[in-house]
Amino acid sequence: MKTLLVAEYRDSELLGTSGELINFASQLGAESAMFLVGSENSLPDYNGKLYLADIGQAGEFNPSQHKQLLLEVIEKEQPQMVVLPHSSYGWDLAPRIALALKAAQISEVVEIKDGNLVVPSCNSKLRRQVKAATDISVVTLQGGAFTPMEDPSGTPEVVKVEVVAGGDIQFGGYEEAESGGVDLSKAEIIVSAGRGIGKPENLAMIENLAKALKGEYGASRPVVDAEWADQSRQVGTTGQTVTPKLYVACGISGAIQHLAGMKKSEFVLAINTDKDAPIGEVADVLAVADLKQLVPILTEKLNAL
Amino acid sequence: MKILVCIKQVPDMESKFKVNAAGSWYEETDLAWRMNEYDEYAVEQAVQLKQQVGEADLTVLCIGSDRVKETMKKALAMGCDRGAHIADDESYLKDPYAIASLIAGFAKDKGFDLIFTGMQSQDRGSAQVGVLVAEMLGIPSLTTLVEFSYADGTINAKRELEGGIKAKISCTTPALVTCQLGLNTPRYPTLPNIMKAKKKEMISTPVAELSPEASLLEVIQVAPPEKKGGGLILEGDPADLADQLIKILKEKTTALA
Repeated sequence: MKTLLVAEYRDSELLGTSGELINFASQLGAESAMFLVGSENSLPDYNGKLYLADIGQAGEFNPSQHKQLLLEVIEKEQPQMVVLPHSSYGWDLAPRIALALKAAQISEVVEIKDGNLVVPSCNSKLRRQVKAATDISVVTLQGGAFTPMEDPSGTPEVVKVEVVAGGDIQFGGYEEAESGGVDLSKAEIIVSAGRGIGKPENLAMIENLAKALKGEYGASRPVVDAEWADQSRQVGTTGQTVTPKLYVACGISGAIQHLAGMKKSEFVLAINTDKDAPIGEVADVLAVADLKQLVPILTEKLNAL
Repeated sequence: MKILVCIKQVPDMESKFKVNAAGSWYEETDLAWRMNEYDEYAVEQAVQLKQQVGEADLTVLCIGSDRVKETMKKALAMGCDRGAHIADDESYLKDPYAIASLIAGFAKDKGFDLIFTGMQSQDRGSAQVGVLVAEMLGIPSLTTLVEFSYADGTINAKRELEGGIKAKISCTTPALVTCQLGLNTPRYPTLPNIMKAKKKEMISTPVAELSPEASLLEVIQVAPPEKKGGGLILEGDPADLADQLIKILKEKTTALA
């Protein structure tokens, strides 16, 4: 089996997902080559052939152009599997490649099992084991599912890919995350509110528990999207990544994007009415209870200590 | 202007899921069904665009059994003009490629200026169908949008990247966009609009008439995830639970030190 790994690059830097791609290929026992639209100034630690297209010419975000370049490399390398991160770059580019090759695409792989790939469904409550019915397949990997034990090392053998200008999407630059607000990445104790708080008034309950524990409060994406909490409080892939000593997840079911942002917390306490909620996978303790009853009592008892 | 919005009916994600007898997907009985959350943002954005441009015809498309018509009625009550139902009792067995081929087959000769989809479904979460439809139709696609505006045939948008960063992008129509959570605030249908929606056109087309393509993916098995040891599960009276939790926090963490 031969794989072509697609690394990602943004705003003058290689993104840290190439190690996961390399580790996935090695778990499959597959040969690999790598493709990157990037620059020689920031190359992956990889002992293999790296097809490099210059991002200055190809464009930072120019999917139809990246697709053409990748298809040329696929033509040369003839891989059986094209592997991308399941990221904003990967899930945008992968279907474009898959259709051009008429290849099956397997999205957000979390595990290799009996030679097949496993993907999550229904907020991680089910897992599907799937197999491509085509000779070539396109695969995206869930962030963190194939993190290597050790950082990869090595120097790639760079093969330059010529770029001819083109594309149907104009890229107008990046907009940084709003600064200001609280830096949750430095907090030692975080109490986070999820959809389970039910209504915005109940956020006060979470803030009070955070105060009783001398910590900060955070929120999951649905709470921020509903504008019950400020974006600067959001924990998860598109918000902040946190590593507190104690993380209390209140009414958070545990969507993968949230788990990715908090699973390195030292101790996780979850309060949830659903015993099977995926947050249970990362929780040291899961209290099966209605947070609207438990949180005020817990706060009161903590304040009385 | 002709606008299409594609929606999916999914189970409430808080449901308990059981694997069906064939081991191919979840058991459909005893589930509460709703509109895929990402698609609510897609419908809202499509309705806002229709209101902005005035002269527009907005079609909502959904694939599935007769059951999905309930969800289509919600989209009609939110402001879509007509419903295109692709009647397929076995749509849950199709992969993103097969589903996208049905949508592209429906859309190809209808001259839609803009197509809206959710960025993924809540149950499968493949994030493929929107982009595949655009590629099949040969039009540009902008994905994972958290801001959208349209003027004179040009879309200006922001797509969400990791770590709270956004990319500013634009393209010209015809185009397809996929909508991320938080793009807008989906409206609740009002009672008069729910009544009006009942009179709107809803045409069912049997799936066979759209010459469906075969799936490219095979499902080997569907199962709940293996429990990985996991943590301690506590149940009971809230006051007792609170005492137990405080004891654990004292013993296992430095939070109360």
